[in-house]
Amino acid sequence: MEPAVLTGEHFLNGDVACAEGALAAGCRFFAGYPITPATEVAEHMSKRLPRVGGVFIQMEDEISAMAAILGASCAGVKSMTATSGPGFSLMMENLGLGIAMETPCVLVNVQRAGPSTGLPTLGAQGDMMQARWGSHGHYEIIALAPSSPQEIFYQTITAFNLSETYRIPVLIMADEIVGHLSERVIIPESSKIKLQSRPRPTGRKDRFKPFHPGPNGVAPMAHAGEGYMVHFTGLTHDERGYPAMTVEAQTEMMDRITGKIRRNLDKIIQVERYRLEDADVALVSYGISSRSSQAAVDEARERGIKAGLLRLLTVWPFPEDIVRELAKRVKGFITVELNLGQIHLEVQRCAEGRAPALLAGHVGGSAITPEEILERIKELVSQGK
Amino acid sequence: MKFWRVPLDTEEIVITRGVVHIIEDRCKGCGYCIDYCPRGVLEASRRFNNRGYHPPEVKQPDLCVNCHYCEAVCPDFAIFSVEAPAQPTSELPSK
Amino acid sequence: MNGSTSPKHPLDSLLRTDRIPHIWCPGCGIGTVFSSSLIAISSTGTDPMKTAVVSGIGCSGRGAGYVKLDSYHTTHGRAIPFATGMKLANPELTVVVFSGDGDLFAIGGNHFIHAARRNMDLTVICVNNLNYGMTGGQAAATTPHRAKTSTTPMGNPEGPFNLPLLAYACGATYIARWTMLHTRDLTQSITEALTHTGFSFIEVLAPCPTGFGRKNKLKNSDLLRIYQEKAIVKNGANPAETILDLEQGITLGKFVEFDRPTFADNYRAVNCD
Repeated sequence: MEPAVLTGEHFLNGDVACAEGALAAGCRFFAGYPITPATEVAEHMSKRLPRVGGVFIQMEDEISAMAAILGASCAGVKSMTATSGPGFSLMMENLGLGIAMETPCVLVNVQRAGPSTGLPTLGAQGDMMQARWGSHGHYEIIALAPSSPQEIFYQTITAFNLSETYRIPVLIMADEIVGHLSERVIIPESSKIKLQSRPRPTGRKDRFKPFHPGPNGVAPMAHAGEGYMVHFTGLTHDERGYPAMTVEAQTEMMDRITGKIRRNLDKIIQVERYRLEDADVALVSYGISSRSSQAAVDEARERGIKAGLLRLLTVWPFPEDIVRELAKRVKGFITVELNLGQIHLEVQRCAEGRAPALLAGHVGGSAITPEEILERIKELVSQGK
Repeated sequence: MKFWRVPLDTEEIVITRGVVHIIEDRCKGCGYCIDYCPRGVLEASRRFNNRGYHPPEVKQPDLCVNCHYCEAVCPDFAIFSVEAPAQPTSELPSK
Repeated sequence: MNGSTSPKHPLDSLLRTDRIPHIWCPGCGIGTVFSSSLIAISSTGTDPMKTAVVSGIGCSGRGAGYVKLDSYHTTHGRAIPFATGMKLANPELTVVVFSGDGDLFAIGGNHFIHAARRNMDLTVICVNNLNYGMTGGQAAATTPHRAKTSTTPMGNPEGPFNLPLLAYACGATYIARWTMLHTRDLTQSITEALTHTGFSFIEVLAPCPTGFGRKNKLKNSDLLRIYQEKAIVKNGANPAETILDLEQGITLGKFVEFDRPTFADNYRAVNCD
């Protein structure tokens, strides 16, 4: 056996750092399907999992990969899959099942440019709305966006912790550039890594109701083989897990699966503020684009423009209140992302007309440059004059 | 039961007997238990159960040999048999 | 002698009795197959606490909702990959997939063939009612050529899979076919399949009087009569020579049973030895 946590200083690409983060978080089951640019996550897991007592399986498609990690999680093992756009589309079906069954797991999307097969080897951030709304029906989701190999390592651990705490599939919305970028990654000692586990039932097995929420709105989870004789279904169900085809049951279930997220936003949402205290122009960005944004902020400041950056570590749930607060005092927003305006729509929505919101984005295929962003900053400033 | 030649061990052979139980309100009236009972123990009743189906009823209780086929073929878990005191073959009523 | 004074049904301990009566139509054979499965589960002597039932979507997919075991009613066609994850995560579990022909062989066909290829240690029970029952009787990958369904009103232009042959070609290591009438053989086969290590597949013909029967002018018990009269029991038959033809005959029996390493065996051998 090898240690699961490879404490030390490493030079890793984002995909491999993601895999190591998962292992450090206690992930012991990975089901996947090869797809550029996420394949290296699977490759690394196939090498490492058997050496730490886990199981790797390459499934026949992404549909089954997503189904398999739910099955493994229901048997009590932390599980993950990784994919990119086309596979992400296929996983939407069982992502919904995971949400309805309240089954913890982590789904990594190393985004490439789409639609369809798109640009397999080139990065984009075009799946951000799909991450929010890609599976049918109304639901809440948690999605994180890493900007470097070091960050994807930590965010993968955070993703598992959130997924376990709230019994929900958590998305890591990386991109090809972060996935294939090799940088220094420091892996701490395992004792320094805080891990969360799903709430577990106590008390009499025959009286256990698998979807009766605990104090924080999350129901304790019993695993297959423990004698609780649970029933899990993707149908609308009551607290016993039994299908219930009524408006009341739908209302109650929806309140549980959305409420456990909506009522814990302050514990879930993480953002970073960079030179934002006195900013007139607030950049809003995430993932690889936030690195260019940070450089753009510095350049703008050198030119006397008070720019700042709101960096979203958690993209979903969207930090509505933070953007609303900012809208009261900044002169404008610029959302920086590798698409033609997705999170931009959220920023616009939360700015509520108080401050103009522009987009610095393009169709994907290359990272956005600080110069491009700077142009938009100047545009915003000139609009205000 | 009549035999054209009485086997030598007839007296030692014990035929099982059963008592049929019907959970009427589970029945959906498919009639499979009636059609496939090898001993013709059951028939459709005229009664309605609480779902509006005619459950089976026991017509010839003494014929039941507790083979459990009604129990196995019933799609609705609505019928089963339990063992009754056995009787020697010679006393078994004819079908 | 009547229901009012009845003791409990012998399978009640394995049923979620608060959910009975189930949703299956009068004359539907799924309940019978389900019943045989429960008898088999209780007769293997394995700990019911260590048995999990996984279903897909459709009439048969509702099976998971009635069994008082750990039970998972997943998405359409995905019961096998869900069960795969569950079995690999906890090898102590006996994982049973109980689902229908449409679920397992049309939308879920890809998962079936790959799980059989891997010899994943699962027991797959397919209730074949020759059509999509839940949605009102549409053509399936098992509907006989020329049979009428609501999407083949003039007769089915396609032909069906031969499921035992398909399973054999893909690498299943236990294969049997019965009808719901052959309850003893069926129960015996399911018992064997549960204790067999490797991918076990049992196809069970069960009538769908509401969907398939009505459109093909087959009354409630007509299909059962066909099953009875056309059954040809041939244990050990070559799966390539088995037939399922409502006029010519229906080959039944245990066709295949042999051992080869499962996915988990090979995984251990390759990675850990």
